[in-house]
Amino acid sequence: MTTFSELKKSFLTALWFMFLTFPIMVIRVNTIDKIVIWRWRNMGYVGVASFFLSLAWRYFLRRKEAGSKRALSRTANSQTLLERISSERRYKIPAMTAAAIGIIMFPFIMNSYQTNIMITALMYVVLGLGLNIVVGLAGLLDLGYVAFYAVGAYTYGLLNHHFGIGFWAVLPLGGALGALFGVLLGFPVLRLRGDYLAIVTLGFGEIIRLILENWNEFSYGPSGIAHIARPSLFGLKLSFFGEIRYLYFLMIGMVLFTIFVVNRLQNSRIGRAWIALREDEIACQAMGIDKTRTKLTAFALGATWAGMVGVIFAAKTTFINPDSFTFLESAMILSIVVLGGMGSILGVVIAALILILLPEYLRAFSDYRMLLFGAIMVIMMVFRPQGIIANVRRSYNFKKVED
Amino acid sequence: MLKVNGISTCYGNIQALKNISMEVAEGEIITLIGANGAGKTTTLMSISGVVPPWQGEILFLGRPIHTMSPDKIVALGISHVPEGRHIFPYLTVAENLDMGAYLRSDTENIKKDMAYIWELFPILSERRRQQGGTLSGGEQQMLAISRALMARPRLLLLDEPSLGLAPLIVKQIFEIIKKINIESNTTIFLVEQNANMALKIAHRGYVMENGVITMADSSRNLLSDDAVKKAYLGL
Repeated sequence: MTTFSELKKSFLTALWFMFLTFPIMVIRVNTIDKIVIWRWRNMGYVGVASFFLSLAWRYFLRRKEAGSKRALSRTANSQTLLERISSERRYKIPAMTAAAIGIIMFPFIMNSYQTNIMITALMYVVLGLGLNIVVGLAGLLDLGYVAFYAVGAYTYGLLNHHFGIGFWAVLPLGGALGALFGVLLGFPVLRLRGDYLAIVTLGFGEIIRLILENWNEFSYGPSGIAHIARPSLFGLKLSFFGEIRYLYFLMIGMVLFTIFVVNRLQNSRIGRAWIALREDEIACQAMGIDKTRTKLTAFALGATWAGMVGVIFAAKTTFINPDSFTFLESAMILSIVVLGGMGSILGVVIAALILILLPEYLRAFSDYRMLLFGAIMVIMMVFRPQGIIANVRRSYNFKKVED
Repeated sequence: MLKVNGISTCYGNIQALKNISMEVAEGEIITLIGANGAGKTTTLMSISGVVPPWQGEILFLGRPIHTMSPDKIVALGISHVPEGRHIFPYLTVAENLDMGAYLRSDTENIKKDMAYIWELFPILSERRRQQGGTLSGGEQQMLAISRALMARPRLLLLDEPSLGLAPLIVKQIFEIIKKINIESNTTIFLVEQNANMALKIAHRGYVMENGVITMADSSRNLLSDDAVKKAYLGL
């Protein structure tokens, strides 16, 4: 129901937006003819659009609040569609089969451009799952995650450039070096918490990037390393499409492996110790959990994935330079984790696909691409602050007892 | 069993404990009573290593533990039930208990101990798959004690188990503390504001004021002491 006060609120919002956008939407200074053009019609458009948008906004907020009340009182048999598919065998097997066929057929149906951006998206899935260990499970806000990604990429880049070492030999090495850097960063900073930890990790990420940019003798500075070998398949010579498809399936394997490991970790003792540490440090100490070591393992295990994906990234693009490892990348990966729902594996997978694929497919709107992207993020966080798929730990369902 | 020799503990430059000495013998229930801010909790934190003492030494079974990290101290057999329970709200009751056995790897015995806990607190057994945060205050306290017991401690440090609980529940919890002491021969160090209840189940007691121990006696004597009666028992 729309009341008079609602209309008034929207009207005021519209006025405010007309005022705010006045300088950019209405005034246009023509510097050549030295005249000012007043585009009053634009002001009208802004007013009408913001009036209706704010009405819609408030309507959906109200619906969401009503929805959360309904969710509290709902019974066990009113599940969402996704929950029903994943819980019932009858739906689960066909759904899984369809998904598997879709995944396998994808590179053969789609062209190389589509496959390529899908590979990128899958890389971010693994990065998101890796950061999810640190942020989602252990609750340590890491803003410098991209540093470990860079370590992996440069490990492969440099080893391949100087010694011609192949992809498969470097892949585990990249992971190990990532873990090593995770521990190196972890030691001094783990006494910090929350915001302070975030700032220090942010600094660490920048340090790594600046070293790569300025240490010319070591990393070839901003010009980067080119002609890095693509991954090999038992010495077979692959065509251009073959190589892309090979990389695609390699990434699929990597994603499955990551999901398997993270899932196992989550339900292991160390995983539970991470969750416990996130919830209550004093209680953890009283339980005999070694605080530093547990946090370090989280850092190291998270960094391992970044290191490995870094190696794959270098192999995919065959060229790396420090520009690929800016803070924006860290922010992107963190957004994936937060948007997907902290600690939730499926959520992170979906969020990575959305966040990476969406900007690509929004190229049609090129000028407004980032605006739309930002708007979608804001709307997501307002309407689903717990993430796309909230991490629901085993919960207790009350069953009615028949007496 | 536990010997505290002249420890002083500071938070920044505020001294919370001034030259505290006390002793706990095996199989005893010892209580430490005192007003708010007297330093009772700090004493426990110093023993369990969460806030290491700045001066003095703490010996457990003849070994100095005041320089050890908390996890090493737990491994030696001292379990701490922190004030305000500190259970893990998003882990289930059974998972909370499993966290208590974090340092143990003898799966068979862990199962046995868990069965003992279900027997000790039947209500927890009913709620074993429920998240810790959904329990009531009394149940959370039971869970906190049970979780500490899962480490099979030789010395159990209890910090204000009566905090914020109804008198009936407090009584129940104190009975169980006594039961634990007798059945599994666990030495208990109990910090309490509820001096009356604490002294009734304890063998000996210490009275603390402003970071200093002012009295140490058997609990029967403390219960009949005029100064204690006036200050802590409200008689």
